[in-house]
Amino acid sequence: MPDERSELDGTPVGRRVVLGLLGLGALGVVTGAAVQDGLSRLLAPVQLRDPTGLSSLVPLGNTFRYYSVTGPVEAQDATTYRLTVSGDVARPASWTLADLQALPQVAITRDFHCVTGWHVSDVPWTGVRLADLLDRAAPTAEAAAVRFRSFDGTYTENMTLDQARADDVIVALTMYGRPVTHDHGGPVRIYAASMYGYKSTKWLSEIEVVPRNVPGYWEVRGYPLDGYIGE
Amino acid sequence: MHRSVGLLMGSCLVTAAILYNGTFMLLVGHRHAVELVHVWSGLALPVPMLLGAASAAYRSDVRRLNRVTPADWRWLRSRTRRDGRIRVGKFNAGQKVNAWLVAGSTGVLLGTGAIMFWTGLVRLSWRSGATFVHDWVALGLGLLVLGHLAFALRDPEARLGMRSGRVSERWARREHAAWLDEVQPPATDV
Repeated sequence: MPDERSELDGTPVGRRVVLGLLGLGALGVVTGAAVQDGLSRLLAPVQLRDPTGLSSLVPLGNTFRYYSVTGPVEAQDATTYRLTVSGDVARPASWTLADLQALPQVAITRDFHCVTGWHVSDVPWTGVRLADLLDRAAPTAEAAAVRFRSFDGTYTENMTLDQARADDVIVALTMYGRPVTHDHGGPVRIYAASMYGYKSTKWLSEIEVVPRNVPGYWEVRGYPLDGYIGE
Repeated sequence: MHRSVGLLMGSCLVTAAILYNGTFMLLVGHRHAVELVHVWSGLALPVPMLLGAASAAYRSDVRRLNRVTPADWRWLRSRTRRDGRIRVGKFNAGQKVNAWLVAGSTGVLLGTGAIMFWTGLVRLSWRSGATFVHDWVALGLGLLVLGHLAFALRDPEARLGMRSGRVSERWARREHAAWLDEVQPPATDV
């Protein structure tokens, strides 16, 4: 067939498509955050009212993602939950949910950032300032850091005492005006507004005051020790 | 080679579904382990393809996939493309398009995945962009792979050809006539 070119001699469209896709990918990396933010503003009213949850199947807009480092975590409620404050303190304590709710509450509304890149804008939290709990426990002279433990049995996090005393670190009890749900790490979790989400320990069981800032679960696996957003 | 890529792709896609979907994530948990399987599958994915470059037959096939003839454009536009009137080479135009999209998507996923995994590489807003791109391209690739598997399920001889390296002349005449004539030139009248 004289008018039929061999397949081997055609125009190299494939190469162009692949390079084009790579270029689009790079463009997406640089502009994606802005696009996502715009989409989020458009879609937020829809997603909040979506009863089917289908709108969360597709990666449109900024929504929460759920991470767990262990298998299923047993839920705790107001009757079973206890928060232990221990370690290098003069007054160790065990707080029930009602105890925590009775303390002075603060409200923080900030963007929640995961270290991998996803984020949720303007999340309203309320809870007890961690500094408040620490003051009541009275750390001794040896104390330099805190270690958070989770009732999932595995997760741990760390902060220096100074970091823990920041104004925007709370022991969170509500999120979006309602008690923190189990899936979001409730009934009680840490929320550290200026740090990546991995610092905000879910299913909080213990705050141990310690002499050294020992790396927690994710720090051991390579995440930054201090975890400040943007660093 | 196709088998190893297929297995790695499967591993990537399954772990991706677990990592991405909240219901699966809460059911399965163990995020770090799932993440590592996903990342190592993804990093390993291009390896068989690069190793294949050592084979001349593989390089020739890649060249065929890369190149487009006027017959390919006709095939893509035609509504009756599978009746054999347009003579198809070793790869039909749809297979070529699939190959380009898979290759491009895999490259983009590799790059954006690296940005998400090694969190110190770029600034935060670019990591967010990478997450966005990775999510969408992964979805697209997942759909492409499902389509690919659907076509494969419908053609047992094609599957046999991929496993054994040989296809029958009858199948080749029906599906890839131009290629058959190329490798087995028809006898000319003496």
